[in-house]
Amino acid sequence: MLNNITLGQFYPSNSLVHQLDPRMKILLLVALIVGIFLAQNLLAFLPIILFLILAAKLSTIPFAMLIKGIKPLRFILIFTFVLNLFFLQGETVLLNLGFAQIKTEAVVSAIHYCLRLVLLVLASSLLTLTTAPIVLTDGLERLLSPLRVIHFPAHEMAMMMSIALRFIPTLLEEADKIMKAQTARGADFESGNLLNRAKAMVPLLVPLFVSAFRRAGDLAMAMEARCYHGGEGRTRLRVLKMGKNDGLSALVMAVLIVLTVLCSRIY
Amino acid sequence: MADAIISLDHVSYAYEENGPEAVRDVSFSVPRGAFYAILGQNGSGKSTLAKLINGLYMPTKGVVTVCGMNTQDEKNTWEIRRKAGMVFQNPDNQLVATIVRDDVAFGLENIGVPTEEMPARIDQALTDVGMLSYAQRAPHNLSGGQKQRVAIAGVLAMRPEAIIFDESTAMLDPQGRKEVLQAVQRLNREQGITVLWITHFMEEAALCEQVYVMHQGRFVLSGSPREVFADAEALREYRLDAPPMARLSQQLKKAGMPLRDGILTTEEMAEEVLRLCK
Repeated sequence: MLNNITLGQFYPSNSLVHQLDPRMKILLLVALIVGIFLAQNLLAFLPIILFLILAAKLSTIPFAMLIKGIKPLRFILIFTFVLNLFFLQGETVLLNLGFAQIKTEAVVSAIHYCLRLVLLVLASSLLTLTTAPIVLTDGLERLLSPLRVIHFPAHEMAMMMSIALRFIPTLLEEADKIMKAQTARGADFESGNLLNRAKAMVPLLVPLFVSAFRRAGDLAMAMEARCYHGGEGRTRLRVLKMGKNDGLSALVMAVLIVLTVLCSRIY
Repeated sequence: MADAIISLDHVSYAYEENGPEAVRDVSFSVPRGAFYAILGQNGSGKSTLAKLINGLYMPTKGVVTVCGMNTQDEKNTWEIRRKAGMVFQNPDNQLVATIVRDDVAFGLENIGVPTEEMPARIDQALTDVGMLSYAQRAPHNLSGGQKQRVAIAGVLAMRPEAIIFDESTAMLDPQGRKEVLQAVQRLNREQGITVLWITHFMEEAALCEQVYVMHQGRFVLSGSPREVFADAEALREYRLDAPPMARLSQQLKKAGMPLRDGILTTEEMAEEVLRLCK
C-alpha cells in the first residue's frame, strides 16, 4: 500500500518553464496569487487564464496531469459554489425555487470564487510540477536569505525541508515494515470504526517515533562527521543564475498584473 | 611514530562523569597507507573508539592525535574530520540529500570548496566507488551496498587521508558486504588511503594487515590476523570465534594432520589439502 512513492509531483522535462530560475518561479507564483486576488470580475481573470494556458503549454506537462491536481478539490468547489449560490444577496432574481431564490449576482460570485480556487491550485501545481524539490528548497533558501538580517533561519529551514524530503520514503518504508510485523502478531489496522482504527495506529506510531529519533541522532552525528557546521562559509553545488527568459517572464507577469487591475476597474 | 596518521596515547573515555569507562587506556597508532582492523563484540567499545578519533567525542584521559593534530583543540576539529573521514553503520542514516550527486557534494559544501571545483571532484569520487552511473538517482532506490558506496564517495570527495569504517558492513547482505569491502580495498591499494576497519566479522578482519581485538574497552590481543586467530582459546574468551577455516585447521591438526600454521581462508585450506594429497 505504501509502494511506488514519488517525491513531490515533479514532472521531469527540459522545457523552458523547467529551466527558469526557481527563485523567479516562486516570485511569479506569488505575483500570480496577488493577481488572482486583485481580479474583481470575470473579465479580469482572462489574462491570468491565458498566462496559465501559455505556461502549461510551454512546460510540456500533459493536460491530464494538471487536471489531476484539481480533483481532490472537487468537494470544496461544489460546497463553495452551492453556498455562494444560495446565500448571497442580490437584486435580480434569476430563479425562484420557492424555498429559496437564486440571484444573478450570486451566480456570478459563485463562479468567481470557484474560478479563483481552481486558478490558485493550478498555478501552484504548475510550480511543483516543473521544479524538482531539491531545486525548490534551494530557491526558497536564496529568496529568504536576506531575512537573515532579522535572524530568520533561512538556511536551517531549507536544510530541514530537504532532510524531510530525503526521509519521507525511508520512514514510509519503515512504517510498512512495522505494520506488517504488528499484523503478524494479530494487530488489526483495517476494521472497526474510525476511533478503533485510530487506536490501532498507536502500536505503529510509537515504534516509528522512537526509530525516527534514533535516526535523527545518527544523522546528526554523520552530518557533523562530514564537517557540517551550519550555513556559514558554505559553498553550493548548484548556482542559481537568472537568465534572459527569467527577465522576460517577469515582464510578462508585470503586464498581466496591470491588465488584471485595469479590467477590474473598467467594469 | 613519525608517520602515524592516527595515534592514541593512553586514551580513556566515559560517557558520564565518574561513570563506567567505555574505552580504557588504549594506545595504538596507524601508519600512513595501512589497513588495520579493530575487532570486538557488541558493546566492546569499538564504536566509541571510532568517534574519539573523529573528534565527535573528546577523550576523558589521554591524547588522540590525527595527522599531527590534537582532537581536543577546537581549531583542529574541521580539519581532522576532513582528513579522517568516517563511514557509519546504517546506510540510511548518513545520506542527507535526495539525489546521490547532491549528497556527495554535501561535505564539499560544508568545507567551502568552490563551486567550479565540485563537479570534477564529485564525479571522480563516484567513479572511484563505481557509482557514477547512479549520480542522478535517489538514495532510497539504491541497495544497501550501493548506499554505503555513496557514503564512501561523500567522504572521498573531501580528499581524506584516512577513512574510519564503523561497522559499515554490519547491516548489509553478503553481496553488499563484498561490494563495499572490495571498493575499500581498492582505495587503500590504489590511492594509499589509510583504512581503520571496525567490525565484528572475522572474515573481514582476516583481510587486514593488523588486527586489534577489543574487549570491555581494552585492547586485549593484537598482531597480524595469523597471530591473532592462532589462539582460538583466547578468542573464545572474548566471545569471538576464529574464522571457520582457522578453526578447521586447528581441529585437523589436533587430530594429527600435518597442516601448516596460519590458514585463514578457504583458498589457503584448499591449497594445503591439495599439497598433502599429492
